[in-house]
Amino acid sequence: MNVYALFAQLLELAIALLMAPLLSGWVNQCRAWLQSRSAPPILLPYYTLSKLFNKDVLLAHNASSLFRAAPYVIFSCMALASAIVPTLSTDLIFAPAADAIALVGLFALARVFIALAGMDIGTSFGSLGARREMLIGFLAEPALLMVFFTASLIAQSTSLSTIVETLAHREFIIYPSLAFAGVAFTMISLAENARIPVDNPTTHLELTMIHEAMILEYSGRHLALIEWAASLKLFAYSCLGIAIFFPFGIPESAEPQALLLAGAILVGKLTIGGFLLALIETMSAKMRIFRAPEFLGTAFLLAVLAMLVHLLLETGQ
Amino acid sequence: MTPAVSGQLINLFAAIMLLLGFAMLSQRRIITLINLFMLQGIVLSLSTLVVAQSTGQTHLLWSAALTFVLKVIVLPYILHRLIRKLSIKWDVETLINIPTTMLAGIALVVIAFNVAQPISQLSGTITRATIGIALACVLLAFLMMITRSKAVPQVIAFLAMENGLFFAATSATYGMPMVVELGIALDVLVGMVILGVFFFQIREQFDSLDIRQMEKVHEE
Repeated sequence: MNVYALFAQLLELAIALLMAPLLSGWVNQCRAWLQSRSAPPILLPYYTLSKLFNKDVLLAHNASSLFRAAPYVIFSCMALASAIVPTLSTDLIFAPAADAIALVGLFALARVFIALAGMDIGTSFGSLGARREMLIGFLAEPALLMVFFTASLIAQSTSLSTIVETLAHREFIIYPSLAFAGVAFTMISLAENARIPVDNPTTHLELTMIHEAMILEYSGRHLALIEWAASLKLFAYSCLGIAIFFPFGIPESAEPQALLLAGAILVGKLTIGGFLLALIETMSAKMRIFRAPEFLGTAFLLAVLAMLVHLLLETGQ
Repeated sequence: MTPAVSGQLINLFAAIMLLLGFAMLSQRRIITLINLFMLQGIVLSLSTLVVAQSTGQTHLLWSAALTFVLKVIVLPYILHRLIRKLSIKWDVETLINIPTTMLAGIALVVIAFNVAQPISQLSGTITRATIGIALACVLLAFLMMITRSKAVPQVIAFLAMENGLFFAATSATYGMPMVVELGIALDVLVGMVILGVFFFQIREQFDSLDIRQMEKVHEE
């Protein structure tokens, strides 16, 4: 049994690493279609990555070792995060190692490093981006934790595997609290993944940018790792959303047949999810940066409401 | 539908009512506010329908139909026409900024849930857990009435409060007698028409629908 769990774990990690750029490519393609532009090839993120990996790294004179280490830290954080989220099976070997709260910690670690790296060179754009990132982060994190608390209260455990097992395999119950938490989670993911209402992922030369401002100084393989980590983050968030809110089809066992089926279902869900993300991005306009606290405050409020609704409606019945 | 499923459905509708209450509280634009009010009407009539279906009370079917006609079709139509005539499609002005209002809203929800806890334990209906939410909806609409400075959003808040009361009635006691419900529906409709006339009068007198203007009124 343990061999299967190990196999499932490795397969999941490999799929996350390989499919994350594909998901980003798919979202970009959908967005181009929806905005009636001619779409870029779906494999464009891979081309970009391989191009960047073949280029030389240009470092600023005053770059410290932190600046060089940060891409590796960020990349490994995101890879680990996507390995923790149960996507193919809940019987994973890493599952007891980290729960939902540790996952938030992983995202926070990556955020701290990217912000530090942004400030490291000392350009004004870098520190501007880092400050904005921290502004977004400190508002998004408690909301994300609240969403996880709601799911944990339902499953009576903070372990992601247990949460998914509870939601996917017990008798089907409508949880109104999860509806609130789902809306909150969508808003948080939009903010965390530098998506349109909060940040524009396609801009490189704008005063309003957040994520891109921090990584302006990176080049070559460092930039490739950061770009890859960004798409891994999007992948991890999508899988997290699927695991908590649409867990149907994630098997408890790690048998090869079950894994195959789960993989097919996952691809289907991600295709729909990517399209929905592109739809949200197309329908909304970018907010002023000072509107972002209001946006994330609303997400936090919804997450708190989810918990309250759970306590009122779903306990003691 | 089994009782368990309909109970869950009603809980879901209750949660959506609360969500819409908060959405209205945070909304800046009048036109979206009216659309949200319409959505609330749809959810309300759906939940009444589910209660009617699961308890076999036929008069609730009438009341659901009445809710639908009045709150999804007639009132939003009147409101849309009003704001078109007054040409105030966009402006909503709040007295307190929105995040503070939302925090106050959360506090109100906590209070409402606590107050409703003992009441719902006395009740024996399948929908008793929703009393707290209905109370919270009423209080949220009340808060919206207090925090808005323009007349039209205040009226929408008043109508939303009536929605909350109606929801409390269906969830706690399976609805009121038909006569009472008809009376209330007529009251709301007539009230809306009168308020519509009032809006024009107010604007004629004060050149604005901002109620803060009215505080300056004094005898000449």
